[in-house]
Amino acid sequence: MTNSVAVAGVGLHPFGRFDRTVTQMGVSAVRAALEDAGNPSFQSVFCATVYSGVAAGHKVLGALGLTGTPIVNVEAGCASGGAALMLATNAVRSGQCDTALVLGIEKMPRGIIRSSFFEPWREQSGLAATPAYFALRAMRLMRDSGITKEDLAQIVVKNRAEGVNNEIAMYRTATTVEAVLESRLVCEPLHLHMLCSPNEGAAAIVVQRSDLARRDAPKIASAQLRSHLPGSILGEATPLSGVADENIPAASTIAAHAAFEEAGYGPDDLDLIECQDTDAAREILAYEELGLCARGDSAQLVRNGDTARGGRWPVNLSGGLLSKGEPLGASALAQIIELSNQIDGRAGIRQIENAQIGLAHTVGRGANAAVVIITK
Amino acid sequence: MTARMVHDGLFRLDSDGDIRLLGSRCEECSHLQFPVAETCSMCGSERSTTIDLERQGTLWLSTVVTNAPPGYLGEVPYGFGVVELPSGLRIITLITEKEVVEFGTPLRLVAHDLGINDDGEMVVTYAFSPGSS
Ligand SMILES: [Zn+2]
Repeated sequence: MTNSVAVAGVGLHPFGRFDRTVTQMGVSAVRAALEDAGNPSFQSVFCATVYSGVAAGHKVLGALGLTGTPIVNVEAGCASGGAALMLATNAVRSGQCDTALVLGIEKMPRGIIRSSFFEPWREQSGLAATPAYFALRAMRLMRDSGITKEDLAQIVVKNRAEGVNNEIAMYRTATTVEAVLESRLVCEPLHLHMLCSPNEGAAAIVVQRSDLARRDAPKIASAQLRSHLPGSILGEATPLSGVADENIPAASTIAAHAAFEEAGYGPDDLDLIECQDTDAAREILAYEELGLCARGDSAQLVRNGDTARGGRWPVNLSGGLLSKGEPLGASALAQIIELSNQIDGRAGIRQIENAQIGLAHTVGRGANAAVVIITK
Repeated sequence: MTARMVHDGLFRLDSDGDIRLLGSRCEECSHLQFPVAETCSMCGSERSTTIDLERQGTLWLSTVVTNAPPGYLGEVPYGFGVVELPSGLRIITLITEKEVVEFGTPLRLVAHDLGINDDGEMVVTYAFSPGSS
């Protein structure tokens, strides 16, 4: 017998650049989430972060005088928040605890991020250029799926239009295809506005047994994390899943299959999606990896507006990372909070009708992918 | 000026200036890897042979980097991409062209001067360049 698991409370610290420490941001998000859940006691804490250093979650809980429970700091690249949510969900589902606190905190370095992921010779040789890997992935999508630069710009336009209405977003102005294509070319085909900004922020979620949470609290139907399969990347130092052998399913696909199977739903059942738009092409690739369309068919989804507000699957109603920016540890949790708020009918000006089943997807270095399904 | 390979064991520079990339072939599953690795990333075997990789390939993916990434010793802009060798092995590489190279373009392996390091040595890495050897 396993427990039904609910999102009992949510809290966000805005995403952007702030004159505050990562601990202070974490405190704000945790306080808000606990208050939203009615200040329950909790028995486990999972803190997602990549760049916050040793025992970062302990500092946040310490500042609140809420230490004493197990606190585990979780790193899984861009999917860190999804990883922490999976651990908390499993803990509650299995009966290990009644209530678990998940938080994600990040204060990203500025500029191109120097990562211990790359060996020194790769850095010296110019092979540690993270946006260039995104650009290669975009090039491949253009070749395999007939995506154009206008399609890429259209994703930015779509997401930034939603970001206007999200008070925690870093960029809150709408844009146009022309403006996106006029922004500086970073690595062909990606222009500056097609890339999300690494930034700062925090998010927290109280995960609780459904029978202890308020009755209409959204449910976590599945929270899955997967890593890449052997042979799908060009070696441990190249974050390009699927490039070595295209026939091996991507980590995102494996995670999505597992989540759909556990939740008992498929892509057709989804009412809304939050997916990883680290760059505009990454979002479109996710359409294929998550099974919204067959491989190579994503261009039609973009051009038909299927993934825009009012379309078949509204994607990134939060404005996505292209509007919010990406604080690694917090970004996946913010997606889940958007789904929960939509399903809960408290998404404010961004609210859509009949939001009952939502999927959140994050993927990043490792390769790691997390897929979470939230239901009414 | 003395030349220094960017990393030992990545490639061999012969006296006639020829460059050969070194890779591993797994003796259990035949999987090819670059750079040389102690374990096979397909099957985990520790039994592998170090081999000379092919010097000729075709362009699989390419872009141009306009901002110098952290630690980079060379100049921007520079070509960057994935080359596919006849054996099917794909390798991340610098590309000597400063513009996007078309899919399938024949490429040949070249030694590439990156820049001067803190010890005043010219650092040499591998790159691929359009053309046949
Ligand atoms: Zn092997």
